[in-house]
Amino acid sequence: MSDPDRKPDAALGRDPHVVLRVISKFLIPLIALFALYVQFHGDYGPGGGFQAGVILAAAVILYALVFGLKAAKAAFPPRLIRYGMTLGVLLYGGTGVVTWFLGGEFLNYSVLAHDASHGQHYGILAVELGVLVTVTSVMIAIFYAFGSRQPETSDEDW
Amino acid sequence: MPVMFSVLEMTPDWMLTHGPAFLMALPLLMASIMAVLPNKRVAWATTFVVTALLTVTAFALALYNAEVGTTIYKMGGWAPPHGISLVIDALNAPILVLIALMSFITVIYALPATVAEIKPNKRAPFYAAFLLCIAGLLGMVITGDAFNVFVFLEVSSISTYVLVAMGAARDRRALSAAYNYLILGSIGATFFVIGIGFLYMETGTLNMADMARILADLDGGSRVAKVAFAFIIIGLGLKLAMFPLHTWLPGAYAYSPTPVTVFLASTATKAALYLLLRFTFFVFDPSYAYVADLLLYILVGMGVIGMVFASLQAIFQTDARRMLAFSSVAQVGYMLLGIGIATTASVAAGYLHLINHAVIKGGLFIAVGAMWYRFGITRTEDFKGLGKTMPWTMGAFTVLGLSLVGVPFTAGFVSKVNLTLAAANAGWYWAVGLIMLTSILALIYIGRVLLLAYFQSPPTVNGEVVVRNEAPLMMLIPMWACATASVVIGVNSDAVVGASIRAAELLLGAG
Repeated sequence: MSDPDRKPDAALGRDPHVVLRVISKFLIPLIALFALYVQFHGDYGPGGGFQAGVILAAAVILYALVFGLKAAKAAFPPRLIRYGMTLGVLLYGGTGVVTWFLGGEFLNYSVLAHDASHGQHYGILAVELGVLVTVTSVMIAIFYAFGSRQPETSDEDW
Repeated sequence: MPVMFSVLEMTPDWMLTHGPAFLMALPLLMASIMAVLPNKRVAWATTFVVTALLTVTAFALALYNAEVGTTIYKMGGWAPPHGISLVIDALNAPILVLIALMSFITVIYALPATVAEIKPNKRAPFYAAFLLCIAGLLGMVITGDAFNVFVFLEVSSISTYVLVAMGAARDRRALSAAYNYLILGSIGATFFVIGIGFLYMETGTLNMADMARILADLDGGSRVAKVAFAFIIIGLGLKLAMFPLHTWLPGAYAYSPTPVTVFLASTATKAALYLLLRFTFFVFDPSYAYVADLLLYILVGMGVIGMVFASLQAIFQTDARRMLAFSSVAQVGYMLLGIGIATTASVAAGYLHLINHAVIKGGLFIAVGAMWYRFGITRTEDFKGLGKTMPWTMGAFTVLGLSLVGVPFTAGFVSKVNLTLAAANAGWYWAVGLIMLTSILALIYIGRVLLLAYFQSPPTVNGEVVVRNEAPLMMLIPMWACATASVVIGVNSDAVVGASIRAAELLLGAG
């Protein structure tokens, strides 16, 4: 049974989630760093843009869960997220357009450098970067969309 | 034909070699740019230019295909079967032209229509989703890779759900229609990808030509291949509105913004039908017992039931677009009947009906959209006196409606005669009778509207008789383009019939 006279921690000037906040602050940069590791290790082992994008978005989502949606939206404005979604697609498709102009088939990375295998390397880096940007943005956008949903439909919306 | 050759000579080589990738990359990239582009005017102009370019490219590729035969484009330089290939052959070249051309016609119509139906701040996203849908449809038709088909199927489907839901600004029922379509469409796509998964398990490849070869070596394959086939057919059946799986279609057609209805009716179900042809005759083969059984009992059975029941339902609809939507389900039945008889002539007739029906239904939905634009008409009883108040729109509606029924000198007549002859030659006389019966049913539902429009006087609103108020030019042009095309095909059908016979010969082997 809770004591009716007991005041919420916040009213006493204490942070009820202090452990969560401190641990999150510690973890978020590590999560982001791990995302980059997965991204750039994708050439040599398991990983790549999709996985890295989800991990990077998880860092932002954790921030939003612990520090509130408002703080997350201030750090990563929804407007920027919208551009991010597009930018990734354009990076990916733009690589294809560049290979067109260099005389190869769409997305044939071999033409990107003198040496075909170097070209493949540059190409996959650019494309995976595009995937990272889009996946991160889309994951965050989905989270924002659900997170900022109004609990009830207001009368004007009907 | 000398004119055609000069068109080919004018086309740059680059477009012929890289055209297949261009067809899907251009709308995809422009869509993503437009998604962040705030300007609605520029959005329309860009979409217009993109669809015009797509039409030219698709047309050039189709001509090139008629000259040199099947061409394969290696995506990323990786050779099939390991890489993704884009294939243009006699089967998909006409569909590509159809999708590109109908999207171009829709964009012309969309300029006035979106102003009336879409909120200003939603117009650029509307065109972005529209371009994505085009990219998806062209992609799923052009690709030679079975998993790629699924990816593009989803690209087109998801953008379609968004487009249908945008009708909510006009009618809130669009939201439930879009949700209904989302659920059923996702089930369809899931079934399709499960089927592809089983097929991959059986053959170990995703390239469709390679799959066909391995399945032929396996003599149709084991039970896994049969299960794969069943899943693929049900998945595609949902997408193409095969009779009992068509329940999403009337709502989606009736409540989405009118340009979306025009585009969906003339392309989305058609692309799914193309995939049905591709899988039943190209990847699988009617010589396998299970494929033959399915063609005979399921496709013909459902096609025929759909023809009769959907036509009857169309007669009792009070909403004009719902009436046309049920008619679409019935027309899909004709195509399935043609595919199910599985002779070269009947498949060609089904294919021909696919193209003709796209032109006819596109035009009819433009006409109905124009009526809503001017008078807010959605119900068939409000067609009273439209022959006087909107003579040109009603004229196009009449020509296209008669074409739908199958009156001589129209496109509908050509395809129905071909289908009837193919059924008779195969000895399916009961099917001939049913085609006649459903044509009479079509005459009833179209005639009912025409009678109201021409033999009733315009209604009186606030004590004044409604005066003539014709649709804007930007609506009349695409509407009459469809009507004229339908008559031209009806008078001289050589080009379209030739294309459909080439497609059928590719599927069933010449002979």
